[in-house]
Amino acid sequence: MFGYLVRRILAAIPVMGVVALFVFLLLRLTPGDPAAIIAGDNASPEQLERIRTMLGLNEPLYVQFFTWIGRLLRGDLGVSLISNVPVLTMIGQRIEPSISIAVATIILSILVAVPLGTIAAWKHGTWIDRFVMVLSVVGFSVPVFVIGYVLIQIFAIDLRWLPVQGYRSIAAGFGPFFERIILPTCTLSFIYIALIARMTRAAMLDVLNEDYVRTARAKGLRETAVLLRHGLRNAAVPVITVIGTGFALLISGVVVTESVFNLPGIGRLTVDAVLARDYPVIQAMILLTSALYVAVNLLVDVAYTLLDPRIRY
Amino acid sequence: MNEQATSGSAVLEINDLAVGLGGAARSQRVIDGISLHVRERETLCVVGESGSGKSVTALTVMGLLPKRVLTPVGGSVRLAGEELLSASSKRLRQLRATTMAMIFQEPMTALNPVVPIGRQIDEVLRVHTDLDARARRQRILQMMEQVRLPEIERIFASYPHRLSGGQRQRIMIAMALVLKPKLLIADEPTTALDVTTQKQILTLIRDLQRDHGTAVLFITHDMGVVAEIADRVAVMRNGKLVETGPLDTILRAPTMEYTRNLLSSVPSLVPRPPRPRTDEPVVLEANELGKIYREHSFFGHAREVAAAQDVTLTLRKGRTLGIVGESGSGKSTVARCILRLIDPTSGRVRLAGHEISNLSRRLLRSHRRRIQIIFQDPYRSLNPRITVGETIAEGPVNFGVPHADALAKSRELLELVGLPPDAISRFPHQFSGGQRQRIAIARALALDPDVLVADEAVSALDVSVQAQVLDLLDEIQTRLGVALLFITHDLRVAAQICDDVAVMQHGRVVEHGSAAQVLTSPQQAYTRSLIDAAPGRGWDFANFRPVETAAMS
Repeated sequence: MFGYLVRRILAAIPVMGVVALFVFLLLRLTPGDPAAIIAGDNASPEQLERIRTMLGLNEPLYVQFFTWIGRLLRGDLGVSLISNVPVLTMIGQRIEPSISIAVATIILSILVAVPLGTIAAWKHGTWIDRFVMVLSVVGFSVPVFVIGYVLIQIFAIDLRWLPVQGYRSIAAGFGPFFERIILPTCTLSFIYIALIARMTRAAMLDVLNEDYVRTARAKGLRETAVLLRHGLRNAAVPVITVIGTGFALLISGVVVTESVFNLPGIGRLTVDAVLARDYPVIQAMILLTSALYVAVNLLVDVAYTLLDPRIRY
Repeated sequence: MNEQATSGSAVLEINDLAVGLGGAARSQRVIDGISLHVRERETLCVVGESGSGKSVTALTVMGLLPKRVLTPVGGSVRLAGEELLSASSKRLRQLRATTMAMIFQEPMTALNPVVPIGRQIDEVLRVHTDLDARARRQRILQMMEQVRLPEIERIFASYPHRLSGGQRQRIMIAMALVLKPKLLIADEPTTALDVTTQKQILTLIRDLQRDHGTAVLFITHDMGVVAEIADRVAVMRNGKLVETGPLDTILRAPTMEYTRNLLSSVPSLVPRPPRPRTDEPVVLEANELGKIYREHSFFGHAREVAAAQDVTLTLRKGRTLGIVGESGSGKSTVARCILRLIDPTSGRVRLAGHEISNLSRRLLRSHRRRIQIIFQDPYRSLNPRITVGETIAEGPVNFGVPHADALAKSRELLELVGLPPDAISRFPHQFSGGQRQRIAIARALALDPDVLVADEAVSALDVSVQAQVLDLLDEIQTRLGVALLFITHDLRVAAQICDDVAVMQHGRVVEHGSAAQVLTSPQQAYTRSLIDAAPGRGWDFANFRPVETAAMS
């Protein structure tokens, strides 16, 4: 198990290397002079020269790359061109809301979607099943921002149960923090619940037709034991897979949700950076999300070996 | 045995049972008016071909019919005097494993792959008894010992994928009998096992039944198995009971036409009269053929598995060579190497005078037409989206025959294999298993091959259909002079179709000779043990009498 983990982590290094190369080339391969792109249309020749020197643009390409990678490994992600604040500091300030929503979304989605999918499969062909399927289609097809505005209208404006927007750090007390992440989390969970419920239902339908489920019933077990111990444990592998791949969906969802609820998270940071062509920030965000995605997939693969004794690497 | 059996009280009584498709009372019936009973210490064998309703009957007793698909619509099922059809699902759960238990056909899939063996048996005790953990463990290990499992402590903690099919079926039996139920239902429990394992499992069920006094309802399609284990026999067909009676009566003097036909279809273990030797040219020659699989681990230690070693075979035009052996003996590997579906690691294959073992894929292509294969499962070997005519024509078209000519040939071939001309524009799902295998044969013949390889080609078919397909293969061989390489685990089938037989074990040919010689006076211990394990070898089913001891020796 430990050997497998080490090997998988080693295998992640070339993947991240390719991502880093891509991120590096992003700026250098953009048509035109990077310094001009960064400085904007009204920059003077002196300003351009200063930016060139600062970015090391006068060096050969490979030297630039290794200098950049070297800084990266020391945790130096560069300095924002707009605010002159180190990128790492900026991310540090903005990551809490994003992480909070993402974690809350995953927890809520699993808690809702897995039972929903299981019941749909168990009551296959009945109205419960059809209801879950319709819910899942709706969750998929309605855009995240629409769901967000509808929820704001109902729960914040009409019923006045929850704040419309904004964020309070968890350090400032759990109550205000919790109040403000409920709506963003529910908004983001819709599509994720749709995805996981659908997959759970499909996986459970397969598993419930297996011979060992018939064996379990022949032993005189209760239906709950049949469903949980013999059904769900075997359906877990495809469900975990979809939770992992759905993580990409979550990243893009976080960006939209943060804009709708005006949360100071890294999604908003990214959007602002793209609009302002703040290249060091954009580069850092691509690296960060890629690293997260690789890490989540690693976790998923490790989960496989824990869930299914037949999977050994 | 019979005397003793009939004296016990009835454990299971099925009276006039009807099971319908869907829920409505007047729906189509898949079981119609079945009446059966099984007494203490008695084994009732229910025999019938696929679709006869024998498994549905068993699942009805257990209350395990798929909901909303099949529903009992009439009659009664009584277990030790208690009516089951009107019992609540809670009561049925209580009865399962305690009073009635069931084992299934496919031991490879009947156990939960992600739960250790011990825990799976333990569930039965946890649900139905108040024993503490230590007492339960004790009881389970005891039961595992009774079903003659080795290293019970290790198996207790193992996951199912670590065990062989035979071991898994023992686990199923242990799980079924751990609470000493009055009734054991066994649904084709040995069909997926090799003959030697089958024999052990049948003996085990017999012994446990004797020790525990269990009533056994044993479902099978195999008359050989019936002859080994039954006290009484019930024959089913299309959801109806054809006849029922003591084993001896059914085998010696069946009253119904259908039973007589069923028995006559069982191929005899006594080889058919040998055909005269011929001087026809050799069309297929395998020389010291070998296939070694290397497993590479991460740190570079390679483990070698020899799937086939030093296999030498010769096949002449118009003759049939059988390769027999148990699963994992390497018979399919040899067939695939000869066809170059996989590449042999050593040895040579000569096909119609051409060396093909080392040809590149591109050069091999022109030789492909000389050798064709028929696979085991007719439900999976034909593309469901392509019409039968196109399936058969595809090969010739690939080799440049104009489409119209190829279709005309399809039509001829369909007639040859005994299918109606309109089959050409139909799809595979519109045919039965036997018909599909005829289509597969027509497809293989479309390229006029010199050699036809049949890999367990009749194993998935019912005996009566099996007999027809064997007759067809024989007729085609006589008419077209094609050589047949026939791979089977079934010695009865081999005895009826092969001129020569090669017996394989652990990737090697252990005995090779004429069918008569190998099957009636085997030289090797392994061949003898295979023949000894063949179920029902004491019966000459087709002639309704025991085999004369003189004829066997």
